[in-house]
Amino acid sequence: MDIEFIRESIPLYAEAAVLTLRLALLGILGSGAIGFICCLLRTFRVPVLKQAAEVYIELSRNTPLLVQLFFLYFGLPRIGVVLSSEVCAVVGLSFLGGSYMAEAFRSGMEAVPVSQGEAGLSLGMSRHQVFFYILLPQAAATSIPVFGANIIFLIKETSVFSAVALADLVFVAKDFIGMTYRTDEALLLLVIFYLILILPVSAVCALIERRVRYAQFGNRSIVSGE
Amino acid sequence: MKEKQILQIEHLEKSYDGHPSVLRDINFSMEKGEVVVVLGPSGCGKSTFLRCINLLEPVSGGRIYLNGQDILSGQKESSRIRQEIGMVFQNYELFPHMTILENVMLAPLLVQKRDRKQTVEEAGELLARVGLSEKQTSYPRQLSGGQKQRAAIVRALMMRPKVLLLDEITAALDPEMVREVLQVVLELARDGMTMLIVTHEMEFARAVADRVIFMDKGAIVEEQKPEDFFSCPKTDRAKRFLNMFHYEALG
Ligand SMILES: Nc1ncnc2c1ncn2[C@@H]1O[C@H](COP(=O)(O)OP(=O)(O)O)[C@@H](O)[C@H]1O
Ligand SMILES: [Mg+2]
Repeated sequence: MDIEFIRESIPLYAEAAVLTLRLALLGILGSGAIGFICCLLRTFRVPVLKQAAEVYIELSRNTPLLVQLFFLYFGLPRIGVVLSSEVCAVVGLSFLGGSYMAEAFRSGMEAVPVSQGEAGLSLGMSRHQVFFYILLPQAAATSIPVFGANIIFLIKETSVFSAVALADLVFVAKDFIGMTYRTDEALLLLVIFYLILILPVSAVCALIERRVRYAQFGNRSIVSGE
Repeated sequence: MKEKQILQIEHLEKSYDGHPSVLRDINFSMEKGEVVVVLGPSGCGKSTFLRCINLLEPVSGGRIYLNGQDILSGQKESSRIRQEIGMVFQNYELFPHMTILENVMLAPLLVQKRDRKQTVEEAGELLARVGLSEKQTSYPRQLSGGQKQRAAIVRALMMRPKVLLLDEITAALDPEMVREVLQVVLELARDGMTMLIVTHEMEFARAVADRVIFMDKGAIVEEQKPEDFFSCPKTDRAKRFLNMFHYEALG
């Protein structure tokens, strides 16, 4: 191991990590927004758009991010749509994550008993009020672990961004290996930087999960009985 | 139609797709301040009956009038109609992510846009009346079944409904909590609340009812004053039903 090399490389990795993190955050926000919209379309059974959402979800879940990125970066310019690498990365990640988030919302919504909605309706609440005040808060709380897992999954998926010429972490590592042949050091740094990105997210997710679940329902896990 | 009649139901029919009729030609009416208890074997359509009145189930035929207004015509929004018809469910259906105070204030503030300060006061008074003053800031999970059901009754009352529908509200409760809930209902009856009550508590039914209707296989087969119904039911079906509650008669 060349400690000197590692120390000198850190700034470049840090820069790439910031880029990765920034794009990941945007992609996660985009995923959440798309997932929420799909949830709305499904819950309110909006004709046509609901079916469109189902098609999108199938398409998104059954194609690899790399292929989606290639389509955006190399395919679209053929029909005259040229997107920058960064836009491709964010759009691609959102396209992928949207369906995962939609499924997270769906599982949460399915966990709320129908009778909860009926209780709201019987109080004279409109369907929208029932959705926003009664169903959604309960669904979101139930889905928090899935949201967390999806977020971590999406951060990991950023590792294919270098395919569309983005100077992300993997790109930097590959660059170092190509130029200096210091494979061990380059890969070690790559692993460390990904851990730096993901471990805090994991910890925060676990914390929020415990907090929210306890505050809202005091759910004791049936399995652990804690 | 008589002026006093708050609820009038004509030829109500209900069937679920592909199932035989659940409700058949139900004709029924209630006066303001009246308490009617619905009795009948499990599966005879009691819940469906209440749910139709509250527009939670689409009906297959017939008419329902609330204060002389046809509520199935679609002229009046279902939200407005439901505000006038309170409902309490067997499993409480309190909102688990809200405190008791938030539970009972949600609809008055959101739907009726009532003044917050007055609503807080009103909620405090009603909760105190059912013995839940201490529980305002508790979550439903922190309450016993009986406390939850009393809170659910307050939640329905907060909307100032004209009629209250109660569907087996003590069926999920441990025996020692049944009384505290039924006590609240008895007090409401004394205060003149119009109520349509499905219950299997016969003593309570006899005490609270002005009139009993007995349903079987989706139809109202008997309608009587409680003292007459319990002492000499007219139909064999009702006799057999009442006998189920006399264990000594079986031995
Ligand atoms: N969603 C449904 N689809 C089909 N059949 C139903 C549905 N809900 C209730 N039923 C049927 O309607 C009948 C009456 O049910 P219900 O009103 O719940 O009876 P009760 O409250 O008197 O026990 C039962 O035979 C039940 O199986
Ligand atoms: Mg029932």
